[in-house]
Amino acid sequence: MIAKKLLIAIGVLVLGILFFLRPKHPSQDSATLGNFAPNFTLSQLTGTPLELSSYRGKVILLDFWATWCEPCREEIPQFIAFQRKYGSEGLQIIGVSMDDTSEPVREFYKQFDINYPVVMGNARIGELYGGVLGLPIAFLIGRDGRIRAKHIGAVDISATEKEIAQLLRAK
Amino acid sequence: MKQNLKMILTLVAAVSMSTSAFAQQAAQIPASRLINPSDLVALLQSSKAKPLLIQVGSHVLYSQAHIPGSEYIGPASSESGLQQLRRRVESLPRNKLIVIYCGCCPWNHCPNVKPADDTLQAMGFTNVKVLYIAGNFGVDWVDKGYPVAKGD
Repeated sequence: MIAKKLLIAIGVLVLGILFFLRPKHPSQDSATLGNFAPNFTLSQLTGTPLELSSYRGKVILLDFWATWCEPCREEIPQFIAFQRKYGSEGLQIIGVSMDDTSEPVREFYKQFDINYPVVMGNARIGELYGGVLGLPIAFLIGRDGRIRAKHIGAVDISATEKEIAQLLRAK
Repeated sequence: MKQNLKMILTLVAAVSMSTSAFAQQAAQIPASRLINPSDLVALLQSSKAKPLLIQVGSHVLYSQAHIPGSEYIGPASSESGLQQLRRRVESLPRNKLIVIYCGCCPWNHCPNVKPADDTLQAMGFTNVKVLYIAGNFGVDWVDKGYPVAKGD
């Protein structure tokens, strides 16, 4: 009888600990460092679908941005330069616009002659990547498809370039 | 190499010029009209009259997470967003407590809260507060464990 009560108490305690440790908020941990980057398929501005997993083997810089976000806009020329400089070595930058409509994104894409694909994001991909609740946010994904870095806010360009070069060297 | 550098500088200059439209910086909002997240949570949990809460940023961000009870109006950096804001509040008494928030970007880069605040001031609202979100809504609200709702 006592053993049964003890077992029940332990069970309640374990459940309590599990409840306490549960993930509390959407901005936590659904796309964590070292894990595989969540796959997605979204339409590019051209209408062609883009599937993340089709870029496996490349180093990916996944940039969540929007045309109304000033720091996002400021770093895009550098990303264009990265794509030009490291594209042949296996870098693929993918922009995920979190704009509500595609018109300003198309205009921006054309105006700045962006040399990498841009897809239109949505709340679902935001949640898939742990909550994109502020911009910019950039993920660096290794050739093995695992997330190697996450930068909230504008990236430090020289540090990011070093990270990219390091990931490109890892075959 | 020189050509690449020149191109980057040209693009950066173009971006700077194109972002000058976002000169409506939140930093210009008087400190007396700001409210911190913890103070807003305390207010919402108190028995005092509840404010009208309005999110004035992106719908994609609102769908992922917003303050429970807050209304989505549309980005106040656009004229259509400001028109919706005007329509929403025009019939309210001018002493109604209204709290606006965004959290799309670091405070000084937010293109939405300043135009929204300016509009409410111009309409004669005397009890407006702007939620001060230093980094973004994820870091300064969701990750702090404050109440969150999802969806439209």
